[in-house]
Amino acid sequence: MSFEFNLSDIVRDIKPSGIRRFFDLVGEMDGAISLGIGEPDFVTPWHIRDAGIRSLEKGQTYYTANSGLKNLRNEICNYFERRFNLSYNENEVLVTVGGSEAIDLCIRALVSEGDEVLIPEPCFVCYDPCVRLAHGIPVPIVTEEKDDFILTPEKLKEKITPKTKLLILPFPNNPTGAIMDKEQIEAIADVLKDTNIAVLSDEIYGELTYGKKHFSIANVPEMKDRTIIVGGFSKAYAMTGWRLGFAVGNNSVISAMTKVHQFAIMSAPTTSQYAAIEALKNGDADIEEMASQYDLRRRYLIDRLNKMGLKCFEAKGAFYVFPSIKITGLKSEDFCKQLLEKKKVAVIPGTAFGESGEGHIRISYAYSIETITKALDKIEEFLKELGVNFK
Amino acid sequence: MREIIKLLEKDCRLTAEQIAKILKRDTAEVEKQIKEMEESGVIAKYKAIINWEKVDQNLMYALIEVKVTPQTDMGFERVAKRIYEFPEVHSMYLMSGGYDLAINIKGRTIHDIAKFVTEKLSVLDCVISTSTHFVLKKYKDSGVIFANDVTDGREVISF
Ligand SMILES: Cc1ncc(COP(=O)(O)O)c(C=O)c1O
Repeated sequence: MSFEFNLSDIVRDIKPSGIRRFFDLVGEMDGAISLGIGEPDFVTPWHIRDAGIRSLEKGQTYYTANSGLKNLRNEICNYFERRFNLSYNENEVLVTVGGSEAIDLCIRALVSEGDEVLIPEPCFVCYDPCVRLAHGIPVPIVTEEKDDFILTPEKLKEKITPKTKLLILPFPNNPTGAIMDKEQIEAIADVLKDTNIAVLSDEIYGELTYGKKHFSIANVPEMKDRTIIVGGFSKAYAMTGWRLGFAVGNNSVISAMTKVHQFAIMSAPTTSQYAAIEALKNGDADIEEMASQYDLRRRYLIDRLNKMGLKCFEAKGAFYVFPSIKITGLKSEDFCKQLLEKKKVAVIPGTAFGESGEGHIRISYAYSIETITKALDKIEEFLKELGVNFK
Repeated sequence: MREIIKLLEKDCRLTAEQIAKILKRDTAEVEKQIKEMEESGVIAKYKAIINWEKVDQNLMYALIEVKVTPQTDMGFERVAKRIYEFPEVHSMYLMSGGYDLAINIKGRTIHDIAKFVTEKLSVLDCVISTSTHFVLKKYKDSGVIFANDVTDGREVISF
Protein backbone atom coordinates (compact mmCIF):
# COMPACT_ATOMS: atom_id res chain seq x y z
CA MET A 1 0.00 0.00 0.00
CA SER A 2 1.46 3.36 -0.89
CA PHE A 3 1.57 6.02 1.75
CA GLU A 4 0.65 9.59 1.11
CA PHE A 5 1.54 12.41 3.45
CA ASN A 6 -1.26 14.66 4.45
CA LEU A 7 0.55 17.97 4.91
CA SER A 8 -0.51 20.64 7.34
CA ASP A 9 -3.07 22.98 5.78
CA ILE A 10 -1.05 26.05 6.61
CA VAL A 11 2.18 24.74 5.14
CA ARG A 12 0.42 23.48 2.04
CA ASP A 13 -1.21 26.86 1.51
CA ILE A 14 1.92 28.94 1.87
CA LYS A 15 2.54 30.07 -1.67
CA PRO A 16 5.82 28.84 -3.05
CA SER A 17 7.46 32.11 -3.86
CA GLY A 18 6.13 33.22 -7.26
CA ILE A 19 9.59 33.73 -8.58
CA ARG A 20 10.84 30.27 -7.79
CA ARG A 21 10.93 29.62 -11.52
CA PHE A 22 13.08 32.67 -12.06
CA PHE A 23 15.49 31.50 -9.36
CA ASP A 24 15.72 28.11 -11.04
CA LEU A 25 16.44 29.79 -14.34
CA VAL A 26 19.32 31.74 -12.80
CA GLY A 27 20.66 28.55 -11.24
CA GLU A 28 20.84 26.89 -14.63
CA MET A 29 22.59 29.77 -16.36
CA ASP A 30 26.36 29.46 -16.63
CA GLY A 31 28.53 32.53 -16.28
CA ALA A 32 25.80 34.97 -15.33
CA ILE A 33 26.83 38.19 -13.61
CA SER A 34 24.67 38.57 -10.56
CA LEU A 35 23.56 41.68 -8.74
CA GLY A 36 20.99 39.58 -6.97
CA ILE A 37 22.54 38.64 -3.68
CA GLY A 38 21.25 39.61 -0.26
CA GLU A 39 24.46 39.12 1.66
CA PRO A 40 27.78 40.94 2.00
CA ASP A 41 30.59 40.18 -0.45
CA PHE A 42 33.15 40.62 2.33
CA VAL A 43 34.34 37.58 4.22
CA THR A 44 34.06 37.79 7.97
CA PRO A 45 36.99 39.89 9.27
CA TRP A 46 39.91 37.68 10.19
CA HIS A 47 40.06 38.45 13.92
CA ILE A 48 36.45 37.30 14.23
CA ARG A 49 37.07 34.08 12.29
CA ASP A 50 40.15 33.54 14.41
CA ALA A 51 38.11 33.83 17.61
CA GLY A 52 35.80 31.10 16.27
CA ILE A 53 38.77 28.90 15.41
CA ARG A 54 40.34 29.45 18.83
CA SER A 55 37.12 28.47 20.57
CA LEU A 56 37.21 25.19 18.64
CA GLU A 57 40.85 24.63 19.53
CA LYS A 58 39.97 25.11 23.16
CA GLY A 59 37.25 22.50 22.81
CA GLN A 60 34.35 24.84 23.44
CA THR A 61 31.99 22.53 21.64
CA TYR A 62 29.08 22.23 24.05
CA TYR A 63 25.58 23.70 24.15
CA THR A 64 25.43 27.12 25.74
CA ALA A 65 22.69 28.43 28.02
CA ASN A 66 19.40 28.53 26.11
CA SER A 67 19.43 32.29 25.87
CA GLY A 68 23.09 32.38 24.80
CA LEU A 69 26.47 32.89 26.50
CA LYS A 70 26.20 35.36 29.34
CA ASN A 71 29.27 37.15 28.07
CA LEU A 72 27.75 37.55 24.66
CA ARG A 73 24.48 38.85 26.04
CA ASN A 74 26.42 41.39 28.06
CA GLU A 75 28.36 42.46 24.99
CA ILE A 76 25.09 42.84 23.09
CA CYS A 77 23.87 45.18 25.85
CA ASN A 78 27.12 47.18 25.65
CA TYR A 79 26.75 47.33 21.92
CA PHE A 80 23.24 48.81 22.09
CA GLU A 81 24.36 51.32 24.66
CA ARG A 82 27.44 52.29 22.67
CA ARG A 83 26.02 52.47 19.17
CA PHE A 84 22.32 53.20 19.58
CA ASN A 85 22.07 54.79 22.99
CA LEU A 86 19.70 52.10 24.28
CA SER A 87 19.95 50.40 27.69
CA TYR A 88 19.06 46.75 28.12
CA ASN A 89 20.16 44.17 30.66
CA GLU A 90 21.20 40.61 29.88
CA ASN A 91 17.72 39.28 30.78
CA GLU A 92 16.30 41.31 27.95
CA VAL A 93 18.48 39.60 25.35
CA LEU A 94 18.03 36.31 23.49
CA VAL A 95 20.70 34.97 21.15
CA THR A 96 19.16 33.26 18.13
CA VAL A 97 19.98 31.40 14.93
CA GLY A 98 20.13 34.49 12.76
CA GLY A 99 17.74 37.40 12.82
CA SER A 100 15.47 34.97 10.98
CA GLU A 101 14.82 32.86 14.05
CA ALA A 102 14.30 35.94 16.21
CA ILE A 103 11.60 37.16 13.80
CA ASP A 104 9.86 33.81 13.85
CA LEU A 105 10.03 33.54 17.67
CA CYS A 106 8.77 37.03 18.24
CA ILE A 107 5.76 36.46 15.99
CA ARG A 108 5.06 33.07 17.58
CA ALA A 109 5.36 34.51 21.08
CA LEU A 110 2.88 37.31 20.41
CA VAL A 111 0.37 36.19 17.81
CA SER A 112 -2.74 34.15 18.60
CA GLU A 113 -5.22 32.76 16.09
CA GLY A 114 -6.90 35.54 14.17
CA ASP A 115 -4.58 38.33 15.31
CA GLU A 116 -3.65 40.79 12.64
CA VAL A 117 -0.05 41.71 11.94
CA LEU A 118 0.74 44.83 9.95
CA ILE A 119 3.53 44.40 7.41
CA PRO A 120 4.84 47.32 5.35
CA GLU A 121 5.51 46.12 1.82
CA PRO A 122 7.62 45.62 -0.29
CA CYS A 123 9.59 43.78 2.35
CA PHE A 124 11.76 40.82 3.21
CA VAL A 125 10.05 37.54 2.46
CA CYS A 126 9.75 35.84 5.84
CA TYR A 127 7.22 37.96 7.76
CA ASP A 128 4.10 36.86 5.90
CA PRO A 129 4.67 33.08 6.14
CA CYS A 130 5.80 33.35 9.79
CA VAL A 131 2.54 35.13 10.65
CA ARG A 132 0.53 32.49 8.82
CA LEU A 133 2.36 29.68 10.61
CA ALA A 134 1.36 31.33 13.89
CA HIS A 135 -2.30 31.32 12.73
CA GLY A 136 -2.24 35.08 12.43
CA ILE A 137 -3.43 37.23 9.57
CA PRO A 138 -0.82 39.23 7.65
CA VAL A 139 -2.09 42.68 6.68
CA PRO A 140 0.16 44.36 4.12
CA ILE A 141 0.59 48.13 4.11
CA VAL A 142 1.88 49.23 0.74
CA THR A 143 4.64 51.82 0.93
CA GLU A 144 5.15 53.99 -2.12
CA GLU A 145 7.96 55.54 -4.05
CA LYS A 146 6.38 58.99 -3.72
CA ASP A 147 6.92 58.69 0.06
CA ASP A 148 10.46 57.33 -0.38
CA PHE A 149 9.02 53.93 0.61
CA ILE A 150 8.57 54.85 4.27
CA LEU A 151 5.60 53.92 6.42
CA THR A 152 3.44 57.02 6.90
CA PRO A 153 1.18 57.54 9.93
CA GLU A 154 -1.86 57.89 7.65
CA LYS A 155 -1.27 54.53 6.03
CA LEU A 156 -0.71 52.93 9.39
CA LYS A 157 -3.95 54.35 10.86
CA GLU A 158 -5.92 53.10 7.90
CA LYS A 159 -5.03 49.46 8.60
CA ILE A 160 -5.40 49.39 12.38
CA THR A 161 -8.39 47.36 13.61
CA PRO A 162 -9.35 46.03 17.05
CA LYS A 163 -7.59 42.81 16.05
CA THR A 164 -4.23 44.40 15.28
CA LYS A 165 -1.60 42.82 17.52
CA LEU A 166 1.73 43.66 16.04
CA LEU A 167 3.41 46.05 13.64
CA ILE A 168 6.52 44.90 11.84
CA LEU A 169 8.84 47.81 11.18
CA PRO A 170 11.39 46.71 8.58
CA PHE A 171 13.80 49.65 8.28
CA PRO A 172 16.44 50.03 6.88
CA ASN A 173 14.48 48.10 4.30
CA ASN A 174 15.23 45.13 2.11
CA PRO A 175 14.47 45.53 -0.86
CA THR A 176 13.87 49.29 -1.16
CA GLY A 177 16.85 50.57 0.82
CA ALA A 178 14.51 53.03 2.55
CA ILE A 179 15.30 54.28 6.04
CA MET A 180 13.10 56.20 8.47
CA ASP A 181 14.48 59.17 10.37
CA LYS A 182 13.67 60.39 13.87
CA GLU A 183 10.71 62.58 12.92
CA GLN A 184 9.18 59.90 10.72
CA ILE A 185 9.52 57.29 13.47
CA GLU A 186 8.06 59.67 16.03
CA ALA A 187 5.03 60.16 13.83
CA ILE A 188 4.50 56.39 13.84
CA ALA A 189 5.00 56.29 17.61
CA ASP A 190 2.30 58.95 17.96
CA VAL A 191 -0.21 56.70 16.25
CA LEU A 192 0.79 53.67 18.32
CA LYS A 193 0.93 55.20 21.76
CA ASP A 194 -2.84 55.04 22.37
CA THR A 195 -3.10 51.46 21.12
CA ASN A 196 -2.07 48.04 22.40
CA ILE A 197 -0.01 47.27 19.35
CA ALA A 198 3.46 45.83 19.87
CA VAL A 199 6.34 46.51 17.48
CA LEU A 200 8.81 44.08 15.95
CA SER A 201 11.55 46.32 14.64
CA ASP A 202 13.75 44.42 12.18
CA GLU A 203 17.01 46.34 12.45
CA ILE A 204 19.27 43.79 10.86
CA TYR A 205 20.55 46.58 8.54
CA GLY A 206 20.71 49.15 11.35
CA GLU A 207 24.47 49.57 10.91
CA LEU A 208 24.16 50.16 7.20
CA THR A 209 22.79 53.65 6.75
CA TYR A 210 24.48 56.36 4.75
CA GLY A 211 24.53 59.99 5.76
CA LYS A 212 22.12 59.60 8.66
CA LYS A 213 22.56 57.38 11.69
CA HIS A 214 19.88 54.76 12.25
CA PHE A 215 17.13 55.77 14.69
CA SER A 216 15.25 52.94 16.38
CA ILE A 217 11.64 53.23 17.44
CA ALA A 218 12.89 51.98 20.83
CA ASN A 219 14.67 55.33 21.10
CA VAL A 220 11.25 56.92 21.56
CA PRO A 221 10.79 56.62 25.34
CA GLU A 222 7.12 55.52 25.32
CA MET A 223 7.90 52.90 22.68
CA LYS A 224 10.84 51.07 24.22
CA ASP A 225 8.70 48.79 26.37
CA ARG A 226 6.51 47.60 23.52
CA THR A 227 9.32 47.12 21.01
CA ILE A 228 11.28 43.99 20.28
CA ILE A 229 14.37 44.78 18.24
CA VAL A 230 15.70 42.03 15.99
CA GLY A 231 19.31 42.33 14.96
CA GLY A 232 22.17 40.13 14.00
CA PHE A 233 25.69 39.64 12.80
CA SER A 234 24.96 38.67 9.19
CA LYS A 235 24.96 42.06 7.54
CA ALA A 236 26.95 44.40 9.79
CA TYR A 237 29.84 41.97 10.35
CA ALA A 238 29.55 39.95 7.15
CA MET A 239 28.71 36.79 9.09
CA THR A 240 25.73 35.30 7.21
CA GLY A 241 27.00 31.73 7.32
CA TRP A 242 27.55 31.75 11.08
CA ARG A 243 23.79 31.95 11.57
CA LEU A 244 23.71 34.21 14.56
CA GLY A 245 21.32 36.96 15.56
CA PHE A 246 19.46 38.28 18.57
CA ALA A 247 16.34 39.88 19.93
CA VAL A 248 16.28 42.50 22.66
CA GLY A 249 13.28 43.92 24.47
CA ASN A 250 10.92 43.60 27.36
CA ASN A 251 11.73 40.54 29.46
CA SER A 252 8.16 39.18 29.33
CA VAL A 253 8.38 38.73 25.56
CA ILE A 254 12.02 37.67 25.58
CA SER A 255 11.17 34.96 28.16
CA ALA A 256 8.28 33.74 26.04
CA MET A 257 10.53 33.66 22.99
CA THR A 258 13.19 31.83 24.99
CA LYS A 259 10.62 29.18 25.87
CA VAL A 260 9.99 28.42 22.20
CA HIS A 261 13.69 28.69 21.33
CA GLN A 262 14.56 26.24 24.12
CA PHE A 263 12.33 23.55 22.62
CA ALA A 264 12.93 24.24 18.94
CA ILE A 265 16.64 25.05 18.93
CA MET A 266 18.21 24.53 22.40
CA SER A 267 20.90 27.13 21.84
CA ALA A 268 22.47 29.04 18.98
CA PRO A 269 25.75 27.66 17.54
CA THR A 270 28.48 27.81 20.17
CA THR A 271 31.41 28.58 17.86
CA SER A 272 29.47 31.44 16.35
CA GLN A 273 28.71 32.85 19.77
CA TYR A 274 32.40 33.00 20.68
CA ALA A 275 33.21 34.65 17.38
CA ALA A 276 30.39 37.13 17.96
CA ILE A 277 31.86 38.21 21.30
CA GLU A 278 35.04 39.17 19.45
CA ALA A 279 32.99 40.94 16.78
CA LEU A 280 31.21 43.09 19.34
CA LYS A 281 34.34 43.80 21.34
CA ASN A 282 36.69 44.71 18.53
CA GLY A 283 34.65 45.00 15.37
CA ASP A 284 33.38 48.59 15.29
CA ALA A 285 36.11 49.61 12.86
CA ASP A 286 35.23 46.71 10.54
CA ILE A 287 31.60 47.78 10.43
CA GLU A 288 32.59 51.28 9.51
CA GLU A 289 35.08 50.23 6.85
CA MET A 290 32.55 47.96 5.15
CA ALA A 291 29.80 50.56 5.42
CA SER A 292 32.03 53.12 3.74
CA GLN A 293 32.71 50.68 0.90
CA TYR A 294 28.98 50.10 0.42
CA ASP A 295 28.40 53.82 0.38
CA LEU A 296 30.89 54.38 -2.45
CA ARG A 297 29.19 51.72 -4.53
CA ARG A 298 25.75 53.03 -3.67
CA ARG A 299 26.52 56.50 -4.98
CA TYR A 300 27.99 55.16 -8.18
CA LEU A 301 25.11 52.77 -8.78
CA ILE A 302 22.29 55.27 -8.17
CA ASP A 303 23.89 57.86 -10.38
CA ARG A 304 24.35 55.49 -13.28
CA LEU A 305 20.89 53.97 -13.02
CA ASN A 306 19.26 57.38 -13.13
CA LYS A 307 21.40 58.38 -16.10
CA MET A 308 20.43 55.31 -18.07
CA GLY A 309 16.77 56.00 -17.46
CA LEU A 310 15.92 53.63 -14.63
CA LYS A 311 14.50 56.07 -12.14
CA CYS A 312 15.93 55.30 -8.77
CA PHE A 313 15.07 56.99 -5.51
CA GLU A 314 18.04 57.65 -3.27
CA ALA A 315 18.12 54.61 -1.02
CA LYS A 316 20.00 55.47 2.17
CA GLY A 317 20.18 52.09 3.88
CA ALA A 318 21.00 48.37 3.59
CA PHE A 319 22.79 47.46 0.33
CA TYR A 320 19.96 47.58 -2.16
CA VAL A 321 18.47 50.00 -4.61
CA PHE A 322 15.00 49.56 -6.03
CA PRO A 323 14.77 51.34 -9.38
CA SER A 324 11.56 51.65 -11.33
CA ILE A 325 11.46 49.85 -14.67
CA LYS A 326 8.06 51.20 -15.69
CA ILE A 327 9.67 53.10 -18.55
CA THR A 328 10.30 49.77 -20.30
CA GLY A 329 6.65 48.76 -20.18
CA LEU A 330 7.71 45.32 -18.97
CA LYS A 331 6.51 43.48 -15.89
CA SER A 332 9.22 43.00 -13.28
CA GLU A 333 9.54 39.30 -13.80
CA ASP A 334 9.65 39.61 -17.60
CA PHE A 335 12.28 42.32 -17.36
CA CYS A 336 14.45 40.12 -15.16
CA LYS A 337 13.94 37.05 -17.35
CA GLN A 338 14.82 38.89 -20.54
CA LEU A 339 17.80 40.61 -18.94
CA LEU A 340 19.05 37.23 -17.82
CA GLU A 341 18.47 35.51 -21.15
CA LYS A 342 19.83 38.30 -23.34
CA LYS A 343 22.60 39.74 -21.19
CA LYS A 344 23.23 37.11 -18.53
CA VAL A 345 22.72 39.59 -15.73
CA ALA A 346 20.69 38.54 -12.71
CA VAL A 347 18.67 41.02 -10.65
CA ILE A 348 15.58 40.29 -8.58
CA PRO A 349 12.05 41.19 -9.66
CA GLY A 350 10.35 43.56 -7.22
CA THR A 351 7.40 41.20 -7.00
CA ALA A 352 9.55 38.77 -5.02
CA PHE A 353 8.97 41.15 -2.11
CA GLY A 354 5.21 41.48 -2.45
CA GLU A 355 2.83 42.41 -5.24
CA SER A 356 3.50 46.07 -4.55
CA GLY A 357 7.01 45.55 -5.87
CA GLU A 358 5.63 45.33 -9.43
CA GLY A 359 7.33 47.80 -11.73
CA HIS A 360 10.60 47.65 -9.81
CA ILE A 361 13.71 45.51 -9.60
CA ARG A 362 16.04 45.01 -6.67
CA ILE A 363 19.72 45.54 -7.36
CA SER A 364 22.22 44.66 -4.67
CA TYR A 365 25.50 46.51 -4.35
CA ALA A 366 27.23 43.90 -2.25
CA TYR A 367 29.69 43.62 -5.17
CA SER A 368 32.94 45.22 -6.26
CA ILE A 369 32.73 48.37 -8.36
CA GLU A 370 34.20 46.29 -11.18
CA THR A 371 31.34 43.79 -11.12
CA ILE A 372 28.78 46.56 -10.74
CA THR A 373 30.25 48.39 -13.72
CA LYS A 374 30.23 45.28 -15.88
CA ALA A 375 26.63 44.51 -15.01
CA LEU A 376 25.49 48.09 -15.49
CA ASP A 377 27.10 48.24 -18.93
CA LYS A 378 25.05 45.21 -19.90
CA ILE A 379 21.85 46.64 -18.44
CA GLU A 380 22.47 49.79 -20.44
CA GLU A 381 22.87 47.75 -23.64
CA PHE A 382 19.70 45.88 -22.79
CA LEU A 383 17.74 49.11 -22.37
CA LYS A 384 19.06 50.42 -25.67
CA GLU A 385 18.00 47.26 -27.44
CA LEU A 386 14.55 47.60 -25.89
CA GLY A 387 14.46 51.03 -27.48
CA VAL A 388 14.03 52.81 -24.19
CA ASN A 389 14.17 56.49 -24.85
CA PHE A 390 14.17 58.43 -21.65
CA LYS A 391 15.51 61.78 -22.68
CA MET B 1 42.34 64.32 -2.67
CA ARG B 2 42.98 61.65 -0.06
CA GLU B 3 39.74 59.96 -1.09
CA ILE B 4 40.86 59.83 -4.71
CA ILE B 5 44.22 58.38 -3.73
CA LYS B 6 42.57 55.70 -1.62
CA LEU B 7 40.32 54.66 -4.48
CA LEU B 8 43.16 54.60 -7.01
CA GLU B 9 45.43 52.69 -4.69
CA LYS B 10 42.83 49.94 -4.55
CA ASP B 11 42.01 50.02 -8.25
CA CYS B 12 43.96 52.27 -10.59
CA ARG B 13 41.73 51.43 -13.51
CA LEU B 14 38.85 53.47 -12.12
CA THR B 15 38.16 56.29 -14.54
CA ALA B 16 37.90 59.90 -13.48
CA GLU B 17 34.23 59.71 -14.35
CA GLN B 18 33.65 56.70 -12.08
CA ILE B 19 35.55 58.34 -9.26
CA ALA B 20 33.52 61.50 -9.69
CA LYS B 21 30.31 59.52 -9.40
CA ILE B 22 31.49 57.61 -6.36
CA LEU B 23 32.61 60.76 -4.57
CA LYS B 24 29.79 62.94 -5.90
CA ARG B 25 32.24 65.39 -7.45
CA ASP B 26 32.65 66.99 -10.79
CA THR B 27 34.45 64.83 -13.39
CA ALA B 28 36.58 67.70 -14.66
CA GLU B 29 37.68 68.53 -11.14
CA VAL B 30 38.67 64.91 -10.43
CA GLU B 31 40.58 64.76 -13.72
CA LYS B 32 42.45 67.89 -12.77
CA GLN B 33 43.40 66.60 -9.35
CA ILE B 34 44.60 63.28 -10.76
CA LYS B 35 46.70 65.11 -13.30
CA GLU B 36 48.22 67.26 -10.57
CA MET B 37 49.08 64.22 -8.54
CA GLU B 38 50.67 62.57 -11.55
CA GLU B 39 52.75 65.63 -12.19
CA SER B 40 53.85 66.15 -8.62
CA GLY B 41 54.75 62.45 -8.31
CA VAL B 42 52.17 61.64 -5.63
CA ILE B 43 51.00 59.06 -8.10
CA ALA B 44 54.33 57.55 -9.15
CA LYS B 45 53.07 55.00 -11.65
CA TYR B 46 50.13 52.80 -12.57
CA LYS B 47 50.96 49.11 -12.79
CA ALA B 48 49.37 45.71 -12.56
CA ILE B 49 50.19 43.31 -9.76
CA ILE B 50 51.03 40.08 -11.54
CA ASN B 51 50.96 36.66 -10.01
CA TRP B 52 53.87 35.41 -12.11
CA GLU B 53 53.61 31.93 -10.74
CA LYS B 54 50.52 31.54 -12.86
CA VAL B 55 52.30 32.60 -16.01
CA ASP B 56 55.80 31.32 -15.63
CA GLN B 57 56.81 28.83 -12.99
CA ASN B 58 60.48 29.57 -13.61
CA LEU B 59 60.67 33.04 -12.18
CA MET B 60 62.86 33.39 -9.10
CA TYR B 61 62.61 36.06 -6.48
CA ALA B 62 65.25 36.83 -3.91
CA LEU B 63 65.67 39.17 -1.03
CA ILE B 64 69.24 40.35 -0.58
CA GLU B 65 70.49 41.92 2.62
CA VAL B 66 73.44 44.18 1.93
CA LYS B 67 75.92 45.78 4.28
CA VAL B 68 77.67 48.80 2.84
CA THR B 69 80.12 51.50 3.89
CA PRO B 70 78.50 54.90 3.64
CA GLN B 71 80.42 57.52 1.65
CA THR B 72 81.87 60.40 3.67
CA ASP B 73 79.89 63.33 2.42
CA MET B 74 76.99 61.60 0.74
CA GLY B 75 75.99 59.10 3.41
CA PHE B 76 74.04 56.19 2.00
CA GLU B 77 72.48 58.10 -0.87
CA ARG B 78 75.31 57.72 -3.34
CA VAL B 79 75.83 54.07 -2.51
CA ALA B 80 72.14 53.44 -2.78
CA LYS B 81 71.95 55.06 -6.18
CA ARG B 82 74.75 52.87 -7.54
CA ILE B 83 72.72 49.86 -6.56
CA TYR B 84 69.12 50.79 -7.32
CA GLU B 85 70.07 51.92 -10.80
CA PHE B 86 70.61 48.27 -11.77
CA PRO B 87 67.49 47.26 -13.69
CA GLU B 88 67.48 43.92 -11.89
CA VAL B 89 66.64 45.67 -8.64
CA HIS B 90 62.92 45.50 -8.22
CA SER B 91 62.61 47.39 -4.96
CA MET B 92 65.08 48.60 -2.39
CA TYR B 93 64.91 50.00 1.11
CA LEU B 94 67.35 51.49 3.62
CA MET B 95 66.92 49.51 6.81
CA SER B 96 67.56 49.92 10.49
CA GLY B 97 69.13 46.96 12.31
CA GLY B 98 71.66 44.35 11.33
CA TYR B 99 72.19 45.36 7.70
CA ASP B 100 71.76 48.49 5.60
CA LEU B 101 69.96 47.81 2.35
CA ALA B 102 67.19 45.36 1.55
CA ILE B 103 66.87 44.54 -2.13
CA ASN B 104 64.16 42.60 -3.88
CA ILE B 105 65.18 41.10 -7.17
CA LYS B 106 63.54 39.00 -9.82
CA GLY B 107 65.31 36.69 -12.26
CA ARG B 108 64.52 33.90 -14.71
CA THR B 109 66.68 31.38 -12.98
CA ILE B 110 68.77 30.98 -9.87
CA HIS B 111 71.80 31.68 -12.10
CA ASP B 112 70.50 35.10 -13.09
CA ILE B 113 70.33 36.06 -9.48
CA ALA B 114 73.67 34.51 -8.58
CA LYS B 115 75.23 36.33 -11.49
CA PHE B 116 73.82 39.64 -10.34
CA VAL B 117 75.10 39.14 -6.81
CA THR B 118 78.55 37.89 -7.71
CA GLU B 119 79.26 39.99 -10.78
CA LYS B 120 77.45 43.25 -10.11
CA LEU B 121 76.70 43.69 -6.45
CA SER B 122 79.53 42.11 -4.45
CA VAL B 123 82.21 43.64 -6.62
CA LEU B 124 81.21 47.18 -5.70
CA ASP B 125 83.79 48.77 -3.36
CA CYS B 126 81.17 50.07 -1.01
CA VAL B 127 79.58 46.63 -0.48
CA ILE B 128 80.91 44.88 2.60
CA SER B 129 78.78 41.77 2.52
CA THR B 130 75.60 40.30 1.05
CA SER B 131 73.22 37.64 2.19
CA THR B 132 70.81 36.26 -0.38
CA HIS B 133 67.49 34.63 0.52
CA PHE B 134 65.44 32.95 -2.18
CA VAL B 135 61.69 33.26 -2.10
CA LEU B 136 60.01 29.85 -2.01
CA LYS B 137 56.44 30.99 -2.33
CA LYS B 138 54.60 34.27 -2.56
CA TYR B 139 51.56 34.43 -0.33
CA LYS B 140 50.75 38.09 -0.55
CA ASP B 141 52.09 40.98 -2.58
CA SER B 142 51.20 44.67 -2.34
CA GLY B 143 48.17 43.86 -0.22
CA VAL B 144 46.92 41.22 -2.64
CA ILE B 145 46.66 37.65 -1.40
CA PHE B 146 47.99 35.15 -3.94
CA ALA B 147 47.76 32.06 -1.79
CA ASN B 148 44.04 31.50 -2.11
CA ASP B 149 42.14 32.00 -5.29
CA VAL B 150 39.48 34.41 -4.20
CA THR B 151 36.21 33.31 -5.75
CA ASP B 152 32.75 34.49 -4.85
CA GLY B 153 31.46 31.65 -2.70
CA ARG B 154 27.94 33.02 -2.50
CA GLU B 155 24.88 31.53 -4.13
CA VAL B 156 24.00 33.36 -7.34
CA ILE B 157 20.91 35.01 -5.92
CA SER B 158 19.25 35.24 -2.53
CA PHE B 159 16.73 37.39 -0.71
C1 LIG C 1 15.27 42.42 6.35
C2 LIG C 1 15.93 41.16 6.78
N1 LIG C 1 15.68 40.68 8.01
C3 LIG C 1 16.27 39.56 8.44
C4 LIG C 1 17.13 38.83 7.66
C5 LIG C 1 17.70 37.56 8.23
O1 LIG C 1 19.06 37.58 8.39
P1 LIG C 1 19.82 36.50 9.28
O2 LIG C 1 18.88 35.41 9.61
O3 LIG C 1 20.96 36.05 8.44
O4 LIG C 1 20.27 37.24 10.51
C6 LIG C 1 17.41 39.29 6.37
C7 LIG C 1 18.32 38.53 5.48
O5 LIG C 1 18.39 38.71 4.30
C8 LIG C 1 16.80 40.48 5.92
O6 LIG C 1 17.06 40.95 4.69
